[in-house]
This record gives sequence, C-alpha cells and structure tokens, in this order.
Amino acid sequence: MNWSRALTVARTDLKQLAQARDFWLPMVILGTLFFVVFPGILLVTITQIGQVDAIANVSQTLEVLPANAQEQIRGDTPQGRTGYALAVFLFAPVAVVIPLTISTAVGAATIVGEREKGTGEFLAHSPAGVQEIYIGKLIASLLPGYVTTAVGFGVYSLIVNLTVGPEVGGWFFPTAQWWVMILWVLPPFLAICLSLVLRLSARVTSTAAAQQASGLISLPLIMIAYSQSTGALLGSGAIAIWLGGVAWVVAVFSLSRGVRSLTRSRLLGVASGV
Amino acid sequence: MGRLDHVSADAGISGSVTPLRVVSPTRQIDEREFVVEIADATRTFGPVKAIDGLDVSIEKGRISVLLGPNGAGKTTAIRMITGALSPDTGTARVFGLDPAGDDGHEVRRRCGVVSAKPSLYDRLSGWDNLRYAAELYELGRGAGADNRIREAAAMFGIEGSLDHQVGGYSTGMKTRLALARSVLHDPDLLLLDEPTSGLDPESAFAVLELIRKLTRDGQTVLMCTHLLLEAEGLADEIVIMQKGTTLLAGTPGELASQYWPTPQVKVTSPSAEGFDLLATLDGVHAVSIDGETATADLDTLDRIPDLVASLVAGGVPVQAIVPFSPTLEDLYFAVRRDRGDDHGSDDIRPPEALSGRPARALPEAA
Repeated sequence: MNWSRALTVARTDLKQLAQARDFWLPMVILGTLFFVVFPGILLVTITQIGQVDAIANVSQTLEVLPANAQEQIRGDTPQGRTGYALAVFLFAPVAVVIPLTISTAVGAATIVGEREKGTGEFLAHSPAGVQEIYIGKLIASLLPGYVTTAVGFGVYSLIVNLTVGPEVGGWFFPTAQWWVMILWVLPPFLAICLSLVLRLSARVTSTAAAQQASGLISLPLIMIAYSQSTGALLGSGAIAIWLGGVAWVVAVFSLSRGVRSLTRSRLLGVASGV
Repeated sequence: MGRLDHVSADAGISGSVTPLRVVSPTRQIDEREFVVEIADATRTFGPVKAIDGLDVSIEKGRISVLLGPNGAGKTTAIRMITGALSPDTGTARVFGLDPAGDDGHEVRRRCGVVSAKPSLYDRLSGWDNLRYAAELYELGRGAGADNRIREAAAMFGIEGSLDHQVGGYSTGMKTRLALARSVLHDPDLLLLDEPTSGLDPESAFAVLELIRKLTRDGQTVLMCTHLLLEAEGLADEIVIMQKGTTLLAGTPGELASQYWPTPQVKVTSPSAEGFDLLATLDGVHAVSIDGETATADLDTLDRIPDLVASLVAGGVPVQAIVPFSPTLEDLYFAVRRDRGDDHGSDDIRPPEALSGRPARALPEAA
C-alpha cells in the first residue's frame, strides 16, 4: 500500500470536483441552509421575540428530555433554556445528514464514473494498486461531506453562541458531546456508508444506477446515524464513546470488505467484471 | 513474434495455401529476446470467448502490429499484457514477469499505454492530466517531473495547450495528450491501441514517425490497428488475429514469402492464346488466369525481358507486364481467404480507402 499514490488519486478526484461548479454549488447551498439559515432564523426568533406563550410551551416540552439531558440545559429564562436545547439537541442530526448526503453523492459516481468516462482504462493499466485507488476514492468521497460539516459546524457554533450565548451566561457551544459526535461518532458512520456506496459504484453499470441504488442504501443508514447521534447527545458521554467505538469496528470491517469489490476488470467495465 | 520458419505453407500460384500453423515461440529455441510472451491464453466474458488459444510473442526493440477486425481480441490482448485482465487459462509473461500476479506493479510501471479512447480527465487541464500520470508512475512532483512533462508535451506539439481544460481539446489534441502521457515515464514497452484513431493524416503521420523514433531509441512498441496502411509502413512484425486467436505471425517479408514463395508477374492481354504461350515459356512454373490478366509464377524476375520479347515475337498483344509485389492488404485477405473467412472484413480498411496513397509492397524476407 503506497499512501502517496492513494493521496494522488484522492487529490485528483477532489480537483475534478472543485472544477465541477454544478456539483459544489448545491453542496454549499445545502450546508448553508441547514447550518446557517434554518438554525439562525429559529434561534434568533426564539431569543428575540420575548416572553410569549409559544416559547413557554416549547420550554415546558423540554421536560420530556431525559434527566441527563435536562441537567445540561443552561439558562434562567424560557427563551434561554429553549434556545439552548434547540441549539444543542435539535440540530444534532443535521450534522450527520449533511455529510452522509454529500459523500454518498460523490462516492456513488466515483468508480462507475471512471468507467463511464473511459478513464478507468488509464487507472487499470497504471501501477496504482486497486487498494490505493479504493482508498483514494474513499478519501475523495469522504472529504467533501466532512469538510462541509466542519465548516458548517464552525459557522453554526458562531451563530449559536452569538444568539443564545447572551441568554445563558456566555459562549457554550460546542459542548463536550458535540465534540465527541463530530470527531468520534460521525466519521465511522460516514465510512460505513461510503464502504457500501463504493462497493455499489464498483458493480453497477452507470452513474444513474449508482445514484439510485446508493440512495436506497444510505437512507436507512442516515436514519440510524440520525437516531444514534441524537442518543449520543441526549445520553451520557460514555454512551457516545461506546457508540462510536462500535461504529468504528463495523466501519473497519466494512471497509476491508469493500476494498475487495474493486478490481481492474471492474475499472475497465468488461462484462464479467461488472 | 510467432516465427514463420515454423509455419508450413505450400503456396500455389493461384493462392491455394495449405493452412498455416503458428507455433508458440515459447516452445522454440530462439536467441531473440522477447518482451511479451503469451502462450495458449484464453479469456471469456460471459458467453463470449474474447481470447481463444492466443500465442503471441513480441521481440524487444521492434515494432509489432496486432492486425485484425473489430472483435479479434486485440484490446483484450493488450489488457492481458499489463495485467489489467488475467487469462482464464494459458500464460502471459511480460519482461519475464507475471503481469496479473505479484509482479503486476513492476510490469505496469514499465509499460506505457494509449487505449482506443484517450482515457483523459476532461475537467482537468492537460498539465494536470500529465501530472497525475507522473505521480502514479512514480516520477514525483519536483522540477524533474515538471521538465519531463514539458518534454513529453513538446514531443507531440501540445506544450502550448497544457493550461487548457482537456474537455475543450479537439480529438487530435486529446490523442496527442494521451500519447504524451504514455511516454512520460520513458516506458520499456509501449502499447498503442489504435493510436491514430481520429487524427488527421498529418498528425497520424507524425505519430507514426514518433513510434519509429521510439524503437530506434530501444523501446519496444506493440500497436493494434485495423488500418492496413499504418501497419504496412510501420511494422517490423505482424500478428494477424481473428476471433481471439493468431492466424499468422512474422515479419512482413516472411509472411509474404509464405503465400508467394516465388516471384510473380501479372500480364495483361486480351488474347487468351497469348496466355497459353506464356505458360510454355522458360522459367514460367505456372499461370493462373483472371479475365484479361494472367499471373505467372517465375523462377526469377530476371526473366521478364525475355518474357516480353517472346510474347511480342509470338504476336501476343501485351498491354502490361507488372511484377507483382504483394501488399499487406493482399496478404491480409489471402490469409482470411485461406481460413475460409473472407467475408465479414468490412472493418479492415484497405490502404487506398484511407488517403489515396498507393499500397506499399511488403519487403522481401531476409
């Protein structure tokens, strides 16, 4: 395994993505909507509209949260407590859905795309090992989703702290559980999803088929990731650590299986190889 | 290359030839150095047998041409050579290594490939395409690699277009870029699958000249084509393939001598009696007649002046006497005819159909 060559494959794929405005523009819009626009509007509205019944009602619903979660909520006013709870708990799944959606879209096209464009022939004849190509494709699929999330997460943190922070006694976000989720829970779920999507991309005959099928595969996984990440935030830190650990084990197993799905004959797209 | 001194052929002047037998060079005692040796290889794709008992050997430092119609297995053979595909049965050895096994990396590192489609990344610039290949082929990312990229691009006259996105290149420029990419790492073996496809005649000529130059520099070239003219002017050795197997292999001269072992002359005359006289003249072994043209099998072409004199003296109205020099086209169709498959050859294009240039006679066997 030559990591330099794997990174070369990844870098070249990313460079092509960067050249594809029709790809990254929707990605930026998606991230902006879910990390900036929607939370921004919601949190500003809650913290600025003052003491009204609606806020009081929402504040009361926080009582349904687990005791562990309720203990974390800061703030003395209904606006502050509601804003805190929404910022910390409601938008957690967004941080999972965005990278999975983006990375699935990239990953689905990555291998079958080489075949469709005929560039798979170049790779098949090159000294690059299939393992190196696979890892390169994995990195190139993973990074756009993860970077979008990291950037979106940074902007989201700023919005949350600027809007809710004054109501709860200062900047508080990201909380410890969010760090665990972003750095420990999210990556293995991304890896699991991509290992399945790349396997699919190596086998199907067209990008359109890959997109369709990867949607079917990734949707249940997104729902699992959604529920698990919410649980990680609502529960104790130990749960999140365990959850992430199990996900990493599954991810490593799934990736090691996935490497085998890529062969030179599949890069060529010859009948028996696809 | 399969040697024709192991090919049995009793060529008659009317073109009836005993079926040829290509003996695998791997089973021969031969001092020549072979870069590629494929022996008795098969490869199927589902129900399709793409390669069926293929025997091919490519000699070092020579230009070898795989010639055959579409579906003959030429591209699959190239894929086997780099190890991109492995044979189902039989063996493939390249530089003495197994390309589909653990040695694959070393084999591919020493090969340069131009596939039938240029296989370029349209969204990237020409420079980035070459840079990608330079890194995969272990040239690194330093000034040395940059210089090599510029040299390769200059070799094919595209150095001024390297900053442009490849998607905007013409077909010819794409082919040139693919060729530049294939020689970037100075490969020992260059595998070219229809390298002049889509090129204008001038560019195609330049590419063929470059291929000649590469072999002068010691590199080995294996080229697939269905363009007879290309193969004729270029090939040191020819492998004629059909349905995944080798029909015939050897130097052009060797192959020609198998089918036309004695010199021939074509005599054109409206007089059938004249042809009777022709058959009786000294040095004429046999005559075959096709309309107003007779093909005479001679012991030597030095007989031609005597032949003319005798025919004229006999009152035969001779319109033309032309020594027959078989072209690759003649050879190709003779082989196909010999194998009972002279139909279905629409995708093999005779030389005249390409550029109006006359077919070149095959050189005599050494």
